[in-house]
Formats: sequence, structure tokens, C-alpha cells
Amino acid sequence: MGILNVDNLTLAFNGRPVIDNLSIDFWEGHIHAVVGPNGAGKSTLAAAVMGLSGYREYEGKISFKGESIDELTLDERARRGITLAWQEPARFEGLLISEFIKASAAEKDRRVIEESLDEVGLNPDEYMERVVDRTLSGGERKKVELASILAMKPRVALLDEPDSGIDIESIGRIFDAARTLKEGGTTVIMITHSLAVLNQAEHAFLLCRGQLMDKGSAEEIKKYFEDKCIPCDHKNIPEGAKAGGES
Amino acid sequence: MSAPVNLITNLFDYTEVDPRHLKDPDTAHLVINGSTVLGMQAVPGLDIVTDEIEDGIDIRVRLEPGTIIRKSVHLCFGMLPERGVQKIIMDVDIGAGSRIALQAHCIFPMAVDVKHIMDASINIGEGARYSYFERHVHSPQGGVQVFPRAKVKVGPGAFFKTEFELIKGRVGLIDIDYETECDRESTLDMTARIAGRADDVIKIREGGILRGEYARGVLTSKIAVRDRARAEVHNKLTALAAYARGHVDCKEIVKDEGVATAVPVVEVHHPRAHITHEAAIGSVDHKQLETLMSRGLSEDDASELIINGMLR
Repeated sequence: MGILNVDNLTLAFNGRPVIDNLSIDFWEGHIHAVVGPNGAGKSTLAAAVMGLSGYREYEGKISFKGESIDELTLDERARRGITLAWQEPARFEGLLISEFIKASAAEKDRRVIEESLDEVGLNPDEYMERVVDRTLSGGERKKVELASILAMKPRVALLDEPDSGIDIESIGRIFDAARTLKEGGTTVIMITHSLAVLNQAEHAFLLCRGQLMDKGSAEEIKKYFEDKCIPCDHKNIPEGAKAGGES
Repeated sequence: MSAPVNLITNLFDYTEVDPRHLKDPDTAHLVINGSTVLGMQAVPGLDIVTDEIEDGIDIRVRLEPGTIIRKSVHLCFGMLPERGVQKIIMDVDIGAGSRIALQAHCIFPMAVDVKHIMDASINIGEGARYSYFERHVHSPQGGVQVFPRAKVKVGPGAFFKTEFELIKGRVGLIDIDYETECDRESTLDMTARIAGRADDVIKIREGGILRGEYARGVLTSKIAVRDRARAEVHNKLTALAAYARGHVDCKEIVKDEGVATAVPVVEVHHPRAHITHEAAIGSVDHKQLETLMSRGLSEDDASELIINGMLR
């Protein structure tokens, strides 16, 4: 039994299932990757687990620490310890980075805010009083998002495309932050189609059209992804395929 | 003598300003409670004259040409009693090439039925810079009616900036009416940030006429209304000359049964002038809200944080 269990989850939009009878167990304190091509349902899975509006009318069951969270609202799930870093984080007019991180932080301590910024490679002296608005680049905004999650010390952190918009020099910082979360006991779930991100995971799940195609070590899934998914000419059409079979 | 000192301290307790600043001989100030002047200090080049009138004070401010006032001038218009009327008539003449920044603290912390009327005439000379930051403290029950009125002339190459903020308490009624005329190469920058709740009413009418070439103007309103509060913003920027540039920006967040109206008007009389406008009224941004809620904030706390940021 993992810390987060997705059982027979189905989520459809306009009658089309985006998640199709999906079952996955995520293990406490481990780094996981959910991989697959665009449209495979990866971000939808993260949104359903988080309980975002528009993603709560699903069939099946999502459990956290053995208890169903299906009836919990977004903020109730967050207070249980589940959080999400958006692929494209929101920007906030007038809200200081220090205030944004403090709002998330488990300890409302300036030191915690500074350490979390430092962890993602942002100099606290330079960034604390900046605003979480359009004056930040996409990469800076992603790092601030991750810093807020480090300060929150969640039990489960869903990181949607954690490397998108991040320059090559900074990617290592993002991966370090994921490992810091793990060392603090957080279960990390990275949503990605990047092999670099997949390489950071201990366990990986491969999705295609909302179905689980394969699961295993990152190395196993990487091989499958490289050999079968990347050259695939029928992405997200896994008709006839079974879990573990060809996509 | 001790009574006014205590009153001044009492008034400044409601602000973010340490009243000890007023003992600084380089800091000009004027402190009024109701229709009584409690304290006043000018500095070289700045002349302040007051006369008591019925229910208020007539104030004449003269800044000598070329005078640079380096420290903010503090004006405190207070009304500590629960009821009453305070009328402030202000005639401001800012000499050419001078510079001054005023912080006006309008303090009505006990108000049950208080009316504050400001009627200002401001003339900013060529190349001068005049900034006026008006910060209000109202009572929690919102028993205040505030009528700031101003007619402003901004001379050639001059700079006029004003900000209006309610920092504590409830709006009650705020009814702002500013008219500004800008000469060539001058700059106008007016901002109002107000959050209303319960049955508060916010009315803003700001007008800017860019008469001279290369005059520039920005009118910004950031408003939030909750409960049954109402807001009406009518901002108009008119360009009469070539190369005048301007923008009217109104952002309003509506929650609960609040109602917001925004009417940005731009009028251009010259083919080489350019004015833009933007008005956005709506609920709190959904993605911002869900981001903060995904960190464990309740919807109300998340909304509060977003609105407070927007009002900065």
C-alpha cells in the first residue's frame, strides 16, 4: 500500500476519457515520474489528485494514507499534505515573493523562506522583496513555485513538468530540490515527457491515452519510452494494447 | 500645550508614521483635528497659512520657485470625535523648478457620522514635481463620508503624482473627483486603491486633459468590492495635442454581491496623440486562487492575499 493510491480512475471530458480506468500506487518518500506523450493524461491525473475544479467529477477512487480523499476540497487535500506545482505557475500582481512563500510555509519563519529560495538557486537578498508578477521570467517563476513547496514541507508534491522553462544550468537545482523534498520525507511525483526528469525518478509510470502502459524502474521505463513511444506513429491511440504491452 | 501634543500622538498612533518625526526641524507638517490646528511647522521656502472657517480650515501652501523639500511633508487631517464635519479648503501653489512630496493622513477612527470634504486647487509651476500620497484610516463601522475634490494645473514639464489608499477601516462613502490639465511635456499619474465591503460605496471620477504636446498621463484605479459594496469608476483622459500619450487602467475584483462599474473614456483630438485604456472586472483569478489553495489556504484567505496584492 502506497501513501497515495489511484484506483480505477476514469475522468472524461465531453464523453472522451482522458484518464481511462487508471490504477497507480505511489510509494511514500520516493521520487516517481509519470511519463507519456502530450495528451496522455499526465497533467489531468495531477489535477484530479489535487482536486482542482473541473477535475473532481471522476469515477474510481483516490486515497491518501489509506483514506479516500474523493470528497475533500482542494484546500482540504492541501492541508492533508498534498500539493501541486503548476507547469505554468500563476503570477500575482503586488504579492511579494516572501509573502507568497510564507503563505505556503509550514513554519512562518524568515529563515525558512530564505533557505527555500537558496535551495532553488535564487538569492534571497535579491528576490525576497520582488513581486510574483510578470517581472519574473518563466524560469524564475517556476523556481519560486518550487521554493514555496519546499517551505510547505508537503507529504506529496506533484511537480508538473518541473523542467519546462528552466535553463540548462538551473535544471540541476530543480533536481536537487526534488531530492531535498524526498530527504524530508515527501513523496515526489514528477509529471514529464523529459528523459532528463525521468532519470531522476526511482519509479516510473508510462501513460498513453489515459491508460497505464507500463511501470517499473526509471531505467526500464526510459528504455520503453525511447524505443516505443518516441518513434511511435500512433501516439495516444493504444488500441489493442494492454498494460505493459506496446503503445 | 500638553493636550494638543497628546491629540497629535493619538492621531499618529493610527498611522505608520512615528510622531517623533514631527520634532525634526527639517520635516514640515500640519496637524488638524476637526477644525482646530494642533500643530504646524514650515521649512525654508515653504509657506503654510491657515485660517479657521466654519467646520474646517482654509489652507494656503506656497512653495518658492526652485525650492527642493527633501523630506516628506506630513499633513494630518483628523477627526477623532464620532460625529462632525471637516471641511478643508486647500490652495496650493508650487513654484517653478521646485520639488515636494506630501503625505496626507486622513484619520477618522471613531467615525459614526463624519463627513470630510477636501476642496483643493493646485497649481504646479514649470518643471516642478508635486507628489501627494493620501492615506485614510476609517472606523471599522464605516461611518465616514469622504469627498476629495481637486482641480489641478500641471505646468510645462511639471510632474504630478497622487495616490489614494484606505489602509484601515471601512470605506463608508468615498467620492473622489479630480480634474487635471496638463501643459506640454508634463506628466500626470493618478492612482486609487480601495477595498469596499458591507454596504460601502466607492465613486471615482478622474479626468485628465493633456493640452500640451508630449504631455503624458496615466489614470489607475484598483478596486475590490465584497458583500454588498458598490464601486463606480469613471476615468477620462483627453489628448488635445500632438505626441500626447496616455493610458486609463481600471481593475476591479468583485466578490459576493458586490457590484462594480468601470467606464474608461479616452478622447483624442489630434492624429499624432495616442491614448489607450484597459478595464478588467471580475472575480479573483481562478488560477491564482487554486495555487494558494493548493498550499492549504482557505478560499477566503487566498482571496484576501490576492486582493491585498492587487491593491498595492
